[in-house]
Amino acid sequence: MDQVTPLNRWVEIGRLEDIPKRGARVVKTDAGCVAVFRTFEDAVYALEDRCPHKNGPLSDGIVHGDAVTCPLHNWVISFETGQAQGADEGSVRTFPVKVENGALFLDTGRVLRSASVLSAA
Amino acid sequence: MSEKLVVIGAGMASGRVLEELFEAAPGRYSVTLFGAEPRGNYNRIMLSPVLSGEKTYEEIITHDADWYSAHGVTCRFGERVTGIDRDKKVVFSDAGETPYDKLLLATGSDPFIIPAPGHDLPGVLTYRDLDDTNAMIGAAAKPGAKAVVIGGGLLGLEAAAGLKMRGMDVTVLHLMGHLMERQLDAAAGYLLEKELKGRGIHVHTRANTHEIVGSDKVEAVRLDDGTEYEADIVVMAVGIRPSTGLASSSGLMCGRGVHVDDAMVSSDESVLAVGECVEHRGLCYGLVAPLYDMAKVAAQTLAGHDAAYTGSVTSTKLKVTGVDLFSAGDFAEGEGREEIVLRDPTRGVYKRLVIEENKIVGVVLYGDTQDGAWFFGLLKDKTDIAEMRETVIFGPSFAGGAPVDPMAAVAALPDDAEICGCNGVCKGTIVQSIQSGAGDLDAVRGGTKASSSCGTCTGLVEQLLAVTMGDAYAAPAAKPVCGCTDLTHEDVRRIIKAGKITSMAGAMQECGWKTSCGCHICRPALNYYLLSDFPDAYRDDPQSRFVNERNHANIQKDGTFSVVPRMWGGITNPKELRAIADVAERFDVPTVKVTGGQRIDLLGVKKEDLPEVWRELNDAGLVSGHAYAKGLRTVKTCVGTDHCRFGTQDSTGLGIKIEKRMWGSWTPHKVKMAVSGCPRNCAEATCKDIGVICVDSGYEVSVAGAAGMDLKQTQPLAKTETEDEAIDLIVAFTQLYRENAKYLDRPYRWVEKVGMDWVRARVVDDLEERLALVARFDFSQSIYQTDPWAERAEEQQSRQFRPLADLTLQAAE
Repeated sequence: MDQVTPLNRWVEIGRLEDIPKRGARVVKTDAGCVAVFRTFEDAVYALEDRCPHKNGPLSDGIVHGDAVTCPLHNWVISFETGQAQGADEGSVRTFPVKVENGALFLDTGRVLRSASVLSAA
Repeated sequence: MSEKLVVIGAGMASGRVLEELFEAAPGRYSVTLFGAEPRGNYNRIMLSPVLSGEKTYEEIITHDADWYSAHGVTCRFGERVTGIDRDKKVVFSDAGETPYDKLLLATGSDPFIIPAPGHDLPGVLTYRDLDDTNAMIGAAAKPGAKAVVIGGGLLGLEAAAGLKMRGMDVTVLHLMGHLMERQLDAAAGYLLEKELKGRGIHVHTRANTHEIVGSDKVEAVRLDDGTEYEADIVVMAVGIRPSTGLASSSGLMCGRGVHVDDAMVSSDESVLAVGECVEHRGLCYGLVAPLYDMAKVAAQTLAGHDAAYTGSVTSTKLKVTGVDLFSAGDFAEGEGREEIVLRDPTRGVYKRLVIEENKIVGVVLYGDTQDGAWFFGLLKDKTDIAEMRETVIFGPSFAGGAPVDPMAAVAALPDDAEICGCNGVCKGTIVQSIQSGAGDLDAVRGGTKASSSCGTCTGLVEQLLAVTMGDAYAAPAAKPVCGCTDLTHEDVRRIIKAGKITSMAGAMQECGWKTSCGCHICRPALNYYLLSDFPDAYRDDPQSRFVNERNHANIQKDGTFSVVPRMWGGITNPKELRAIADVAERFDVPTVKVTGGQRIDLLGVKKEDLPEVWRELNDAGLVSGHAYAKGLRTVKTCVGTDHCRFGTQDSTGLGIKIEKRMWGSWTPHKVKMAVSGCPRNCAEATCKDIGVICVDSGYEVSVAGAAGMDLKQTQPLAKTETEDEAIDLIVAFTQLYRENAKYLDRPYRWVEKVGMDWVRARVVDDLEERLALVARFDFSQSIYQTDPWAERAEEQQSRQFRPLADLTLQAAE
């Protein structure tokens, strides 16, 4: 049982099969769009849907291994860390997402909180 | 007086419990053993060799009558237990009540039967016990008998291999994209499928069983796509589920399986459970190693000792003679995980280790599994492999030698193997030329003509130089496709063609890819090569396409898209223009622009609006303009004889004909064309990939121009008298380009490499070759010439363009 605190609010966003393997779908939130990725082997990740380079929609990139290549200028962003790989520098926020019995849950508490921290800063 | 232990289920799990129990607490229990089968315990995992004829039933018996009587076990084989009264502590069977002090459930699992129509016809079999096995052996006795196995998992493939060895004609149907997807990744699944096909077993993946056909017995299996396979027997091996009927009807707590704690005790302290019927910490097991682990603990609990089962790490080996396959742990990609991949295409070997925090968490081995036990040990013991990370994939016997020799394949070719297909040069000739002094690629080209035409064999010739000259050869730095491979595009295309490889996983395996699933550079290239060479056998992979080709629109810098409908030859009409204007207004399209290719571009469309925009354009008869594609873009025209006082031919009509014939075709890079009605060239045909200038006496076709980063005038290909011949030349040239060019080389770059003479020889001079090229192009078009917009405007597909969920406050209100 997950603890329900303001920091931790799991919301069901859809089914695993709604996202193609090696693909992504977008979840709109008040803190901006979140890209939810599914790898070839069914791991899921949620990242801010804005490349740190020029705000490209990462959800439209090519998924390979546990990274995505931004469709605008080919920056490669790691699912695990949100960091740009190789020579590029920058990062996007990553959010907790999980699959339970085929249903996808996103921790919206974390999504919204990270936005308020940003706007307060 | 001894306590009464009743055991329900005489399989491998309970057999092991009894062995352990008689050792731990001899004489403590008097045991009554019920089994639904009319025989004692035998080694069920050896049923596959029995099926294939490599072993007999007698050889796999583990407990015979002597053993049971020596340990005082009362055997009630063939007698089904129908109920349990836990208050009275008795079990019910046909023979009445049997009392117990302790009860052990080892009821195993039931095969899962797909509830398709016809699943209850005679001839539909499962594969769980000796009776099933004997039924299959019986069916195989009929000469020419056909078997369809539904399920390409462990059990299904063992059944298929066994039936094939018995001489049956076997087809395996598998729902998923590759075999044994629970245990294998796509690369190993590909190798396995190749091996089975090599044995004459037909494999059909992505097969959704629709119906089992037959009037009074099985006759065929029909799939959702209409394919039908004749069958004398159908073996259902799609999965198992824990057999919990007895437990749940007696009120024991069950989930997927009978709930047990770490001591293997159920929700009733007098009732234990082991084996496949059990759910422990949320997991059910279907392999033998965990059953034995559980049995050990259950025996200790029954003997009154403390013991705890904490779950098992499992590994899988396929028990098909001659197929070496090993899988263990978790091989999914994931947070903090890295992989080490070793492939040896010539030996058909694939090894993959998944590493997390310097520990092995997953192993997939195919073709060479001798290090499986060692890797599995490292995995189970969570050994830190940081020290041996660089060499761990080579196994424990690795002593610092060189890794697998990439030259081995070339060295192993016979002297008469053809290396250069264009000029018909075989290996022996090239080696001879090198031995008599040709020390580099140019010298070999000059001496033998090998690699001097299309250039796709360049990699091979260089390898021959290296093999023949050894260290004396200084290889030029060939540019590999990407970091996933050392091979060049030319190498990869050659291997795909030569090996008739029709899957992405296959291409990566045969080319020795260093990653398990490629990257954004190689996947689009491989996807193109495969669909271009095998339009029917290969299935286009949208996830390996760049965003524009996946979304069938051009992404803009702000993440919106541009939409360009096709206007054949640049001709439009009021109805189309009205539809475009309506769409622009309805969807607040910020910019409407006329393009250089005589089309109208709607810029700034939101992704989620794309399907609706397409639907409205479709309604007015407009289809995708493929303005985003590495494919045919536009055929630009002037008005020609229709209106122009200088026009010599119907340039607009020809442009439209070309565009109607060639739209929807995928090419290595974009292809732009133009047709001008006279040498004044208003359509600017002489800086296009393919251009036609109409003259009084016919049509001048020229190719390989450019007006982008490079500026090139087209080079003449040929002059024809008729429109039809001009179109044939254009189609043949395009197909030659499709089949031979490197991905992302425009035609002018490709022609620079192969030379106009080589192109003319095939497209113009050799009429037979020209027609063959045209036929191959048309065949590909029969599959790929469809409007992607219409397909994606349908509800099922259009969902992909919308957000998965909208959690904004606005949406909540």
